[in-house]
Amino acid sequence: MSSDPRSDLRSGRVVIVGASLAGLRAAETLRDEGFVGSLTLVGEETQPPYDRPPLSKQVLLGRTGAADVGLPGRREIHADWRLGVRAERVDRVGRRVVLAGGERLPFDRLLIATGTRARPWPNAAEARLDGVLTLRTSEDAAALTARLDAGPRRVLVIGAGFTGSEIASACRERGLEVTVAERGPSPLVGALGGTLGAFAAGLQRAHGVDLRCGVTVTALTGRHGQLTGAEFSDGGRIEADVAVVALGAVRNTEWLAGSGLAAGPRGVACDAGCRAFDMYGIVTDDVFVAGDVARFPHPLFEYQMLALEHWGNAVAQAEVAAHNMVSTGPDRRPHLAVPAFWSSQFGLNIKSVGVPTFSDRLVIAQGSVREGRLVAVYGYRGRITAAVSVNRAKWLEHYRHLIETAAPFPPGRGAADRPESAEPVPSDVPDPRLLTHGPTVALTGHLPDRRLTMVRRPSPPTVAGRP
Amino acid sequence: MPPDTLHERITDYANRADPYPLYAELRENGVTRQADGSYLVGAYHDIAALLHDPRISSDSRNRTDPNTVPPLRRGGRPAAFIGFDDPEHDRLRRIAMRPFGPPHSPRRIDGLRAEIGRISDELIDGLRDRGRFDVVEDFAHPLPVTVICRLLGVPHEDVPRIRAWTNEIIASLDLSPGKARESREDAGLEARQAIGTYLGDLADKRRDDPSDDMLSALVHDSGPDGHLTRRELMATATLLLIAGHETTVNLITNGVLTLLRRPDALRRLRENPGLMPGAVEELLRYEPPVHLLPQRTPLTDVEVSGVTVPRGSPLVLVLASGNRDPLRFDAPDRFDPTREDNQHFGFGGGVHSCFGAPLARLETQLALRALLPRLEGFRLSEDPPPYRHSPILRGPRHLRVERASGT
Repeated sequence: MSSDPRSDLRSGRVVIVGASLAGLRAAETLRDEGFVGSLTLVGEETQPPYDRPPLSKQVLLGRTGAADVGLPGRREIHADWRLGVRAERVDRVGRRVVLAGGERLPFDRLLIATGTRARPWPNAAEARLDGVLTLRTSEDAAALTARLDAGPRRVLVIGAGFTGSEIASACRERGLEVTVAERGPSPLVGALGGTLGAFAAGLQRAHGVDLRCGVTVTALTGRHGQLTGAEFSDGGRIEADVAVVALGAVRNTEWLAGSGLAAGPRGVACDAGCRAFDMYGIVTDDVFVAGDVARFPHPLFEYQMLALEHWGNAVAQAEVAAHNMVSTGPDRRPHLAVPAFWSSQFGLNIKSVGVPTFSDRLVIAQGSVREGRLVAVYGYRGRITAAVSVNRAKWLEHYRHLIETAAPFPPGRGAADRPESAEPVPSDVPDPRLLTHGPTVALTGHLPDRRLTMVRRPSPPTVAGRP
Repeated sequence: MPPDTLHERITDYANRADPYPLYAELRENGVTRQADGSYLVGAYHDIAALLHDPRISSDSRNRTDPNTVPPLRRGGRPAAFIGFDDPEHDRLRRIAMRPFGPPHSPRRIDGLRAEIGRISDELIDGLRDRGRFDVVEDFAHPLPVTVICRLLGVPHEDVPRIRAWTNEIIASLDLSPGKARESREDAGLEARQAIGTYLGDLADKRRDDPSDDMLSALVHDSGPDGHLTRRELMATATLLLIAGHETTVNLITNGVLTLLRRPDALRRLRENPGLMPGAVEELLRYEPPVHLLPQRTPLTDVEVSGVTVPRGSPLVLVLASGNRDPLRFDAPDRFDPTREDNQHFGFGGGVHSCFGAPLARLETQLALRALLPRLEGFRLSEDPPPYRHSPILRGPRHLRVERASGT
């Protein structure tokens, strides 16, 4: 055949479910790559795509309005926007997405970019108390900011991951009393390990946070439907007007339950080219995945499936997914970007490259923990797998290259601002199950889907699944 | 010619107007030890890696051969942050950044927009009815020097003194050998002492009589890092003052030169000023104001593309060569104002990346935008123009233009 196979892929119908960062960037890339067919974006939120990182930072400090964080478009995308409507399920045989209300959107290729939502407080009655909030959407940020504006006597933050720590930082910057409760041994320990966890604990206390580690919140107490305080597993109790539940994220995959795709609580599994796996581990060629909801194999981390809640990953993966949606064979590209994220809290900039939890040892390669400026380098079985900087982000480019080339751990001597003692120590990354909050970087193993169970249809009555 | 004479040939004034063939030769030969003991790096990816490599020092006191330490750093003389490594570099730069940019002064640069527009309009008004003028003397020099003096709080009437000192200091950075070198170095040190004292005295006056300028902020506002000592303040203010205009003079002048050589691009930009930000980025790649970084030194033996550069050797990063590397940029010798993915070395990179970049960008965008309509019907009086001596801060000494006959 003489026709260019790409020309077929440049037309047809593409549906993108999820209208946030990954969905928008994928749509723009599709048009950049010459896709001229119909493009539909489905989003559950009513607003056009917006930027989430400022919600726990500038917005809480009142420097930016929660409604003023819209994502600038890179180009015109000529899309049919379906905002404020949920996708209910996908019919892979009929190649249709079914929306709430029953409308069917036919597609030739589908991109799943449904992201995550805030993990709710497990006790539904307590979660309904006035003053109990989560932070994920711009609506959430507006509500929390209004609460902080009202000058609560004390804010309780449940979970000391990045979001919880940034909320606590904003509270202190506003001069509000704040208690942080974390089941793990210190804040950020789940993402960064013991050394920087201890550093983060010191940082929070130095800024006046009432930090309580090794405890769980056993009850949120209320009167007349209004939050009044909390009780802890160590018998302690506090009074608080606001409680922010920062337990991490839940992946929005429930709508895919009957789709036959490898979708579950840990995300939707896909190959390095963003093509979704089905539940048998067979790769599909018309369903793609990108952003927080994706799990994908990464060669730098022994091909374990990674699930990343990172801004940069959402953009990079969306671009690869979109490229591959209009490409065939060797023209397809792998998503190999080294994971990276940043946080700002308590006046410091924290930035990470690689996967710090994929480590056994760590060394402070530059700077000083005591003085709050450092680069920590993480190693796993003798090679460098991650680096985390505190107020030293400009060095990370160097360490990213070392990660990409699997350079030996510990790194060689001779760096500027090298600490007196640079002996590697255990990285002390705890089992994620010990923490209050879910991880923002999850190593989710090698299998595309552990939900897979054998389904036999013997002649007598059907037995599905395990007993 | 042998590759170990490249450093000599690049710094040779005879090659100032067009050093680019030498850069191509440098990239072809890879990292090469020069006859003078220095190592020259010209490939984009090598330069990028070295700019971010914490084992590469910017403090020339780490040189093994004391003769390669610039006179400025001998005998423990103070330096500005450009000549220090972390943590000293970081502390000094952070204190200087407080009154200049985010997070503490996010609106300082943008707040200069109207002022820059007004100054350039005034200068352009002065060119009215003139059939010939010198872009450097009449526009590209007075604009940035006026802006940086305003920003720091230097009275305008002192600009001629500043200019004389600056010329001595820039001349002393010249690496080319010869018997004039020593006297250049002495004159440069003297000028540096004089300008530092001048700025220190000015800052002292601001202690009792604060204004809204950066010198006032540097002596009054303090963050967690405290204040600069008087010696640090003198060195820092000198750096901000000189680097804050010298490079922009070259950038604006190189811009006019590049566009007058390419009437198509000039017309395109005049008709569509929205292209200006991208055009300035391309200019920073194509004709950057800083051609090489001569002060780097490895703190340990470092391997660069298969060549071991020994600890303490002078390491010269030829930024302008990296900007023309065909392994990084498509058609690198073509000036394309709409070039995408243009991560040039016009502002260096890594922890020492240009402190004043936002100001340089804004000034050059506004300057070229205002000047282009005035250049209609003008042509270069001579091409190439006469260049300044420095191979580091490379740019025309004069750029004379004249109305083309018949227009």
